[in-house]
Amino acid sequence: MSPAPSPLLSIRDLHVKFTSRERTVHAVNGVSLDLARGEVLGLLGESGSGKSVTLRSIQRLLPPRRTSMSGSIMLDGEDVLQMSPKELRAVRGSKVAMIFQEPATAFDPVYTVGQQICETILQHEDVSHSDAEKRALELLELVRIPSAKQRLRAYPHEMSGGMRQRAMIALALSCRPSLLLADEPTTALDATVQIQVLLLLAQLQEELGLSIIFVTHDVGVAIEISSRLAVMYGGQVVESGPLEDVVRNPAHPYTKGLLASTIHGAMRGERLQAIPGSPPNLSSPPTECTFFPRCPIGEARCTHSVPELREVTPLRSARCIKVGERQLEPAE
Amino acid sequence: MRLRQSDPRDVGGPLQPLLSVEGLKKHFPVKGNRFGFEKSPPVRAVDGISFQVSKGETLGVVGESGCGKSTMARLLIRLIEPDEGDVVLDGQLVGAADGISVREMRSQVQMVFQDSYASLNPRLPIEESIAFGPVSDGLSRREALDRAIDLLGQVGLDPRLFVHRYPHELSGGQRQRVNIARALALRPRLLILDEAVSALDKSVEAQVMNLLADLKARFDLTYVFISHDLNVVRYISDKVMVMYLGEVVEIGTVEAIYGAPAHPYTQALLQAQPAMDPANRRKKAPLTGDPPNPIAPPPGCRFHTRCQFAESVCSRAAPSLEALPNADFHQAACHMVIPGSGHSKAPTISES
Repeated sequence: MSPAPSPLLSIRDLHVKFTSRERTVHAVNGVSLDLARGEVLGLLGESGSGKSVTLRSIQRLLPPRRTSMSGSIMLDGEDVLQMSPKELRAVRGSKVAMIFQEPATAFDPVYTVGQQICETILQHEDVSHSDAEKRALELLELVRIPSAKQRLRAYPHEMSGGMRQRAMIALALSCRPSLLLADEPTTALDATVQIQVLLLLAQLQEELGLSIIFVTHDVGVAIEISSRLAVMYGGQVVESGPLEDVVRNPAHPYTKGLLASTIHGAMRGERLQAIPGSPPNLSSPPTECTFFPRCPIGEARCTHSVPELREVTPLRSARCIKVGERQLEPAE
Repeated sequence: MRLRQSDPRDVGGPLQPLLSVEGLKKHFPVKGNRFGFEKSPPVRAVDGISFQVSKGETLGVVGESGCGKSTMARLLIRLIEPDEGDVVLDGQLVGAADGISVREMRSQVQMVFQDSYASLNPRLPIEESIAFGPVSDGLSRREALDRAIDLLGQVGLDPRLFVHRYPHELSGGQRQRVNIARALALRPRLLILDEAVSALDKSVEAQVMNLLADLKARFDLTYVFISHDLNVVRYISDKVMVMYLGEVVEIGTVEAIYGAPAHPYTQALLQAQPAMDPANRRKKAPLTGDPPNPIAPPPGCRFHTRCQFAESVCSRAAPSLEALPNADFHQAACHMVIPGSGHSKAPTISES
């Protein structure tokens, strides 16, 4: 594949605000992201960091009456935020498909898996019912579901968790989307099943040349699947860059803290390096660095304004005013 | 404040296990088929497990969903009645006339659950939730509230800011600290932590893990720490027990389980963990398929349907837990480690 001149997806200065009678939440505060064709972007963050909201914005799946959005989401040259409901319907499923954390609730329980896949195909493409059924069978085989023919007639509750997640991937791929959005698809699965689904996604990505945005809170999962990493905190991308660089040499103090506090192999008996405090309450838009209250290297000037994304290296950026001012110290 | 060896409840001395479980079993009945004509076999949630926890030790329990680890926790503290088997607390049989009553046991054994919100009364300020146990245990209200304030400080929440708050006014990590304080309010000796940090964000999880380590030293606690996260269990445990479909498949010191896992299921669990190294990603899944249904577990060794080393003996006979040589404490239930079991990889019976 030759590198495409323009990114498949380009998000610029996305803001998402939810309003209800009781309160307002500024869930996403100025996110800009680019996704190249064939790239797997890991969107890493804790609960409330805005990672899922960012993902859902790309398909405009947020409740329209309570959500206000600004910025732009250019998908293949068209702005998703300006699309009419009809245009959106054409994009959802065929150009952009999504898989969710809980496949049991993403499927309709009263139709068989085969019927649901066929329905999607017939909705988007002018094919006969028997052709759609044939494609559904191929799809179940593509996601390595054993005895696919019988499974087409199975209802979602008749499948195990891992199998349902595979079926949901088949459903998502049914109209050959170029962009797959994955919202923590392996979080609800057991460890031995999670790794199967991750490897399946990686294989499919390679075979079909998919672009994937993979939202997760689990650093280990992000490392297994992504080629590039974007770390979110307080509704903003605080750091992004090639996976290895970010993991080996994090530039933002939050990324550093997150990696240091993730418990792994050889830490037995050591004191864990926890990040003190808890994530910000997003009831008002940020006016300072969102990580400042928990930051070990924060200074008074961090509170003057929201820091801009600064270039760490040509491929990397971090939202910290100290980037570039000093050599990055290794975490103690 | 500290509970040292002078604790009058320490009846058996330091060498007697604090908790000893023998043949614990719980089968849940399943409603028949959709018209109720046929009886369906029960879910064999916990199917005859035995283990011991020494005083001051942390036993980690790992396994996938449906392996029975949470049912086991609820059996230990008698939230559900076991069908069979004994739970012995410091030499005293729980529920027996000459042993210890369930009520007395619960003043020594407390539990912290995964869902920090569901385990607190939403209509009580947190000081009342923490003081509730001691008051019902006979402490005066004044003393119980003083204890609640002291415990809030112990778990790292400033009492001046937090005593009057309600659960919904706290973050997940703060709520879990309250749950830990509530569990400690009866001055227990044993704390059962059932996925207590699993719902927390990673940066908060590390805070709570540090807190658990501090409290254990400060109050001389013993932990049963249940989790699906092998890294967290490795971090905190002295001994680790691996469960599969209601049975213990391997138990041993943390060094033995992580350094030289003997059971193929333990090996698979470890290999299924994300690698945490971008240059060294997993290439192959150690197992295919999902864990089988505990309603009708496979005959023989319950793992044989997913095991790459399975032979005919594995589907015929259920292996028992067998001590492995060359380790302080390490047992596995696998025909490959039982001498003379009939498996081609089994050790031959030695003359000694």
